[in-house]
Amino acid sequence: MSANLASFLYLVSGVLFIMALRGLSHPTTSRKGNLYGMAGMAIAIVTTLVYATPSFNGFVLIVAGIALGGGIGAVIARRIAMTAMPQLVAAFHSLVGLAAVMVAAAAMYAPESFGIGTVGAIHAQALVEMSLGVAIGAITFTGSIIAFLKLDGRMSGKPILLPMRHIVNAGLAIALVVLIVLLVTTQSTTVFWMIVAASLVLGVLIIVPIGGADMPVVVSMLNSYSGWAAAGIGFTLGNLALIITGALVGSSGAILSYIMCKGMNRSFISVILGGFGGETAAASDDGIERTVKQGSADDAAYLMANAQKVIIVPGYGMAVAQAQHAVRELADKLKEAGVEVKYAIHPVAGRMPGHMNVLLAEAQVPYDEVFELEDINSEFAQADVAYVIGANDVTNPAARDDKASPIYGMPILEVDKARTCLFVKRSLGSGYAGIDNTLFYKDGTMMLLGDAKKMTDDIVKAMEH
Amino acid sequence: MEPTALERALDQLDGAVASVRAAMENLQAAEVADAAGALAHGASGGAIDPFVFRLAIFVLAIFVGYYVVWSVTPALHTPLMSVTNAISSVIVVGALLAVGISASGLATGFGFVALVLASVNIFGGFLVTSRMLAMYKKKDK
Repeated sequence: MSANLASFLYLVSGVLFIMALRGLSHPTTSRKGNLYGMAGMAIAIVTTLVYATPSFNGFVLIVAGIALGGGIGAVIARRIAMTAMPQLVAAFHSLVGLAAVMVAAAAMYAPESFGIGTVGAIHAQALVEMSLGVAIGAITFTGSIIAFLKLDGRMSGKPILLPMRHIVNAGLAIALVVLIVLLVTTQSTTVFWMIVAASLVLGVLIIVPIGGADMPVVVSMLNSYSGWAAAGIGFTLGNLALIITGALVGSSGAILSYIMCKGMNRSFISVILGGFGGETAAASDDGIERTVKQGSADDAAYLMANAQKVIIVPGYGMAVAQAQHAVRELADKLKEAGVEVKYAIHPVAGRMPGHMNVLLAEAQVPYDEVFELEDINSEFAQADVAYVIGANDVTNPAARDDKASPIYGMPILEVDKARTCLFVKRSLGSGYAGIDNTLFYKDGTMMLLGDAKKMTDDIVKAMEH
Repeated sequence: MEPTALERALDQLDGAVASVRAAMENLQAAEVADAAGALAHGASGGAIDPFVFRLAIFVLAIFVGYYVVWSVTPALHTPLMSVTNAISSVIVVGALLAVGISASGLATGFGFVALVLASVNIFGGFLVTSRMLAMYKKKDK
């Protein structure tokens, strides 16, 4: 195969990747899009194997490696619970990051195989591209591991604020630039590993101070980083498929981060600097005695069965309690009784973009009953019941009314405009952002204290008799 | 007849100067032509570092990504993340080169690790995406 034909085929696979993303503009075209993506990947792999025909031993290793990794990947994909999707995506990002580091390391020790020079005389340009890829890859690797630990609950979601962290981070960033210059001038593998080490540390330090509520931004940001790392390696290899994919993934993650930041009315910089949540918790105690109206599952069942329109507002709590199937059952019961049911989803509900949509889809909620914030917000005023299950900060009226609130200006789902707001919650504590929800004390709000799944099941039972 | 000889000499000198001038002009013209040729060659891609073309593709792909991703419906943002994750594993081509044709044992080792990691991602990413997408259903009527 000629180099030109190989480049052309890589271009084809890049175009197929673009079509894979394009398919996601609608659920009906998305499945075909995914097939385009798989085809693009197959073309890229086969082209590489034909263009740079491996030795027999190499071929055996390749088959073994793909079988091993592919087997693990397939098992994970089959077994993973939909509620664990944010952790899974974070874990997958870390693998891309580490793979980028490993490919760069291989290129460092065997530059001839990649056509970028010989050991000790690697082209300066290739070294720069490679070090950018490796630095971003290493940051993605450790950053995603921290994000995974936080999302999986193995590490507290509270921000960890180290002293002088901004200075340390800036120092590390400067050190990286110096090391890259050193790498180009000395071609030393020691310097290469120093770049890796500094980036690994930087990855941890960047993510550790970011709180759990900001995780949707972090996951999107790491998605973007994994793309830029791939693009860096793509430049080193001169591979079109990698360059195109890196650009696509990089801009995709950046756009998602932007949408998430907008959903929280926070600037990207303030999220990255971290420390949100935790510190602000004390501010809520203003000493005013406020009363909360509590209700039972029977009260809720009565209210909903007699309503004309119910809007269900799911949040992270629904994912934690695995309550999505119970919620669907409740909606079915209501629909049988002639009640109109809709779902309202806030852009930052859950721990990653689109988290709630996937869970509802898993529970076989039709996607045309699920609405985004701007499409449904005006309908709360006509709704008889807003059933808030596990969403807290995204419904807090303080974000709209209280200028002193740390979340002031964040767009919210206006559940307080519904005639009655049923709010399912385990206890009266504040949400993930550590901010008291003024919604609890409104006249139209009835608190249903208990586990989200159990409470929803109880309401379904109560509606049966 | 001496002045004629002088005149003839002067004429010859004039002729010589004229021809030098003409030669100079020709030379300049030739240089311009050469430069123009080089420019045309450059515009058609000959003399430019391949890096510039890669950069151009990269920049254009960022714009394509920008518009394509904005057209993705928010309901599919999670599948978007898992599928971008799967396609970024096309970095496997680097791993294949390292494992398949590299002479150094160390490089083969690093390449093998990268190959396994990227394969986990390729299979895991695409399969989990198709599992998710299969769940998105319309209201049955």
